[in-house]
Amino acid sequence: MVDTGITKKIGRIEFTLLSPSEIRKMSATKVITADTYDDDGFPIPMGLMDPRLGVIEPGLRCKTCGLRVGKDGCPGHFGHIDLAMPVIHVGFVKDIRDCLRATCRECGRILLPDKRLETYREMRERYIKEGKDPALVLKMLLNECKNVEKCPRCGREVGKIELDKPTTFRENGKKLTPSEVREWLEKIPDEDLPLLDIERKAARPEWMVLTVLPVPPVTVRPSVTLETGERSEDDLTHKLVDVIRINQRLQENRDAGAPQLIVEDLWELLQYHVTTYLDNQTSGIPPARHRSGRPLKTLAQRLKGKEGRFRSNLSGKRVNFSARTVISPDPYLSINEVGVPIEIARELTVPVRATPHNLEWCKMMVKRGPAPTTEDGKYLPGVNYIIREREGMKQRIKVTEKNADDVSEKLEPGMKIERQLMDGDIVLFNRQPSLHRMSMMAHKVRVVPYRTFRFNLSVCPPYNADFDGDEMNLHVLQGEEARAEAEILLKVQEHILSPRFGGPIIGAIHDHITGCFLLTFNNRKVPLDNALQILSAVVEKEKMPKIYKDENGKSYMYGRDIFSALLPKDLTISFPAKVCSHPPCDPKDCPTKTCVIIEKGVIKQGVIDENAIGAFKGALISRIIQDYGNDGGRKFIDQVTRLGIAAISVFGFTTGIDDEDIPLEAKRQIEETLENAKEKINHLVEIYRRGELEPLPGRNLDETLEMEIMRVTGKARDTAGEIAGKHLGLNNSAVIMAKSGARGSMLNLSQMAGCVGQQAVRGERIHRGYRYRTLPHFKKGSLGADAKGFVSSSYKKGLTPTEYFFHSMGGREGLVDTAVRTSRSGYMQRRLINALENLKVEDDLTVRDTDSEIIQFMYGEDGVDPMRSAGGLAVDVNRIISDIEGGR
Amino acid sequence: MVEATNDSVVKKMEKILQKKNGFLPYYIQELLAQKIVEKGLEKDVEDVVDRALEQYNKNMVDPAEACGIVAAQSIGEPGTQMTMRTFHYAGVAEINVTLGLPRLIEIVDARSTPSTPVMTVYLEGAYRVNADLAQKAANQIEITRLQDIATIDIDIENLMIYVILDEKSMQRKDITKEDVIEKIKKMRKVGVEDDKERLKVTLEEPGYKNLMLTVESLKKLKIKGIDGIERVIIRKEPNEGYVIYTEGSNFEDVLNIEGVDASRTKTNDIQSVANVLGIEAARNMIISEAHDTLSEQGLHVDIRHIMLVADIMTVDGTVRAIGRHGISGEKSSVLSRAAFEITVNHLLRASKRGEVDKLQGVAENIIVGQPVSIGTGAVKLIMGTQRRKK
Repeated sequence: MVDTGITKKIGRIEFTLLSPSEIRKMSATKVITADTYDDDGFPIPMGLMDPRLGVIEPGLRCKTCGLRVGKDGCPGHFGHIDLAMPVIHVGFVKDIRDCLRATCRECGRILLPDKRLETYREMRERYIKEGKDPALVLKMLLNECKNVEKCPRCGREVGKIELDKPTTFRENGKKLTPSEVREWLEKIPDEDLPLLDIERKAARPEWMVLTVLPVPPVTVRPSVTLETGERSEDDLTHKLVDVIRINQRLQENRDAGAPQLIVEDLWELLQYHVTTYLDNQTSGIPPARHRSGRPLKTLAQRLKGKEGRFRSNLSGKRVNFSARTVISPDPYLSINEVGVPIEIARELTVPVRATPHNLEWCKMMVKRGPAPTTEDGKYLPGVNYIIREREGMKQRIKVTEKNADDVSEKLEPGMKIERQLMDGDIVLFNRQPSLHRMSMMAHKVRVVPYRTFRFNLSVCPPYNADFDGDEMNLHVLQGEEARAEAEILLKVQEHILSPRFGGPIIGAIHDHITGCFLLTFNNRKVPLDNALQILSAVVEKEKMPKIYKDENGKSYMYGRDIFSALLPKDLTISFPAKVCSHPPCDPKDCPTKTCVIIEKGVIKQGVIDENAIGAFKGALISRIIQDYGNDGGRKFIDQVTRLGIAAISVFGFTTGIDDEDIPLEAKRQIEETLENAKEKINHLVEIYRRGELEPLPGRNLDETLEMEIMRVTGKARDTAGEIAGKHLGLNNSAVIMAKSGARGSMLNLSQMAGCVGQQAVRGERIHRGYRYRTLPHFKKGSLGADAKGFVSSSYKKGLTPTEYFFHSMGGREGLVDTAVRTSRSGYMQRRLINALENLKVEDDLTVRDTDSEIIQFMYGEDGVDPMRSAGGLAVDVNRIISDIEGGR
Repeated sequence: MVEATNDSVVKKMEKILQKKNGFLPYYIQELLAQKIVEKGLEKDVEDVVDRALEQYNKNMVDPAEACGIVAAQSIGEPGTQMTMRTFHYAGVAEINVTLGLPRLIEIVDARSTPSTPVMTVYLEGAYRVNADLAQKAANQIEITRLQDIATIDIDIENLMIYVILDEKSMQRKDITKEDVIEKIKKMRKVGVEDDKERLKVTLEEPGYKNLMLTVESLKKLKIKGIDGIERVIIRKEPNEGYVIYTEGSNFEDVLNIEGVDASRTKTNDIQSVANVLGIEAARNMIISEAHDTLSEQGLHVDIRHIMLVADIMTVDGTVRAIGRHGISGEKSSVLSRAAFEITVNHLLRASKRGEVDKLQGVAENIIVGQPVSIGTGAVKLIMGTQRRKK
């Protein structure tokens, strides 16, 4: 048969209640014995493990359908328990209550005259048409019924129905037995059901009172055999045992004519067991427990919550052909690639169908066996399995060193081989938490030695990965369609621009930026040998830089020219640099000459830093993608990162604590500033104590004082930083990193060299601790800088014990904050995704959900993809104007 | 040649667009026109339009794009980078406003009242420039209680209360003695007498307990202002004049105060905007509030994502929350609702009502293991494996 690729599709799923007769009809057996296995270990017929309910032991055949265990085997069959007396289904108590309140016990009709019923029916129709919840109609109807005293049809007095949680009903305070409730519900005619929000096709109200209980197949509640040979039953089985046992006792007692009291007690006990069987977290009753004291996981618990069936097994599924290991960097891989360890490559496979066209190749592959290498011991992909289908039976043959030749001969078109990974295979790569679509991208495989996944450092930002022990997952695509889709839509180069803000999320980071900065800053003269070494890192050069000779006859190149070597020849752009301290700056008349002007692919002025090539900011990357496409963007990033690393390796770059050395004079100045600040604070406190402090509008004195002090301390730290910064110039590695945007900030530096500053908890100076003071080192009631968490030392100098303590308090708050934030924002995102998941842009650019409701008439009001927008604008206005201006 | 203005250039563009049967968003036309006039490129309008059209058409979204999921991710992902600290000082240092993640969650939740309601009240006409008039408007808005303008003494012996009015603060608040007497008279079971500098308040039912109770309610007695507005601050803003910032919000009443510019006055209480100005205004408020919250944290999120969230929250004419009490709870699919929250109840209810899940959404199809009808899954094109017979 020809595989058409068309599979069956589930069109819809209807939800209904099971009627007692339906339960009996689908039942494979009645279950009457509370025991499971007999002494010889065989299941007892008509017990809970009756073989007619399905099989769980491999090899055995089901007594109902004759199939074995397995994927296409016996799915299991339901049984049933006949309940001696009816019991109420806990899930429906509120619905039963509504039915009882709305209807007459005598005639079963709704307690309102026909005219009113007609209005309600119309209202219901209208609600459904308008998409409103028809349950609201029932609510109104119930409200009206509340005031009815006599049934308008038969004249019976209406009792007051109360629900005694969880499952007891009372009419005028008198208990209604489940049997009575059921009899009552039976009387309700079909035509009144819609108004009670019950669909006749799906349910009858009396089905909400159980007379027969379905017993789920054993496959649903498999028992585990422990090593000791002991059997351990599933929680559901335990609960069913309880139900059957009590049911039996109830029946015996009732048949024997036991006193009403005893029967009623047993009936209630049966109700309890059935209730906990359905939901073991019903409020108002103690949960049924296992012998060990652990509450049982019954039906509702299996479905509910994060670990429940829905979220854990249906919305998320486990997959084969995946791998996980630690990640590490490799600057020589393209951003599109991922390094896969040999051991993983051997395990993961791609299915290849043998056809007349590739049969020879397939045979060759199989012949290689499961672990082939080249002559010099390098990795070669082998084949792990051969799959053949015969008479609908799938057969997997493992390829081993021994049978490789034999199996290879047997290979014929139509069979499949599972080939190990090889260079160029496309795979999905993912890091959790997967917060946006860039958390899962397609890479091309490069099989590498050792045991970590490796990728280009520029790809860290989209995954939010670092290499302090992070692990990532890899999935091998198994179908032609999937591979095509990954190749076209999911490759890393397709995601350089983030749909969040339309800028690059992949770009140069850390050393790449420092390297390019060193190269281009002050248009460095690079000796020819060094220059060539740097250039050799760039594989595809657009052009070669010019060679100059200095007065000593030594050849050199200009750093900017070297960088220009990888710029496209027709690129013209200018943008402000990050190092330029005069933002917003017009590059043409930049006072520091650091802002970038590129004409026809040559840097005329400026420094390459974060604003040019950095992730999140890089203006150059944005432009190159706009003009040369994703392919050009990928090439540029690959080259730039290599260039940056080559440059930094040649020039050498290091940072240490001596980068924060400042002259004694500066230190003295800082000390003085801090001393002044402290004095100022003391002065403020004094004014406050004298009661002469002028309160800010809308603040009381204490708050005013705190705000003033915070301002002073903030300013003191800034001044200290400024003083320190004055002595740290661009010849300082740490400053280079901070100013070029590679890593760190000037604030970090001023905290290391100058002063750490005020520590805060909840945005206020530290004030809690001992009575009237923060620590016993200070005077009671002290409001000075030191006593309230001002750290005047620098990190380099070291903190005093009290400062250290306050600093830790601030640090602790930060940690707690992060912990709380991740859970809160995670939940918000889950809700957002759930609310918006069904929206899609239609061909006419309207946004509709999957029920075809229109949400927007034009996506984003202009139909523009945020990823392609120019910083949020539909078209790049400035670009068009400057292009036209330039072209004139 | 006539001096070209923005409007004339826009008109010219529209003509060109009509001729070419093309479309450019109006704001883009305006921006282009502005730049054209600035740089004196009137001759090249057609060229500009051509380029803009070309780029605009290139920048269109792809059909079947899962724009909802992208929007949700774009707003959710930066959430991890936001601060949790509730209170921050924004704009006016004297007023606390909830910012960061808590505020974003609040907006998305469509809470009936924000945790820190604030208003920015713009003034019109003379109120904008005249400090006294601005103060007058502010007095109308800020709630003034008796204890703010008077000291209250108790005469236990005679079971009487003396209200000693503070002339200075009364003047500042623009309140006369008569106003106060009027207000006290409206209280139940008390009598007032004007006793020169003070007011004598007598009880109809004398009693010690009653006396103390009356004192308490006197202290809290509203003399002037609008309920809910606890504090106002008047600021002079550059290019604007006087602006009143309030702590607490009562949109409807504030708009009725004389001197208030109802067309610009803002509140951060989205529900009340919906009630007073309608759903479109609420939608715009959600967009601007969410956008401001994100920008304040230094996070750049494209406005289109926020628009989409605001639109889905407001499509049906009411402000619906993102979550089980709002959009997620009203989905048509049983499985999708069950997979989100309160699983069991949704299933039980669905079976009683005979609901049918048509498996059109994303979550449902994932649950049954089928391709979803979004993105590449939306394309229903299958290549035949057999050659067509002639």
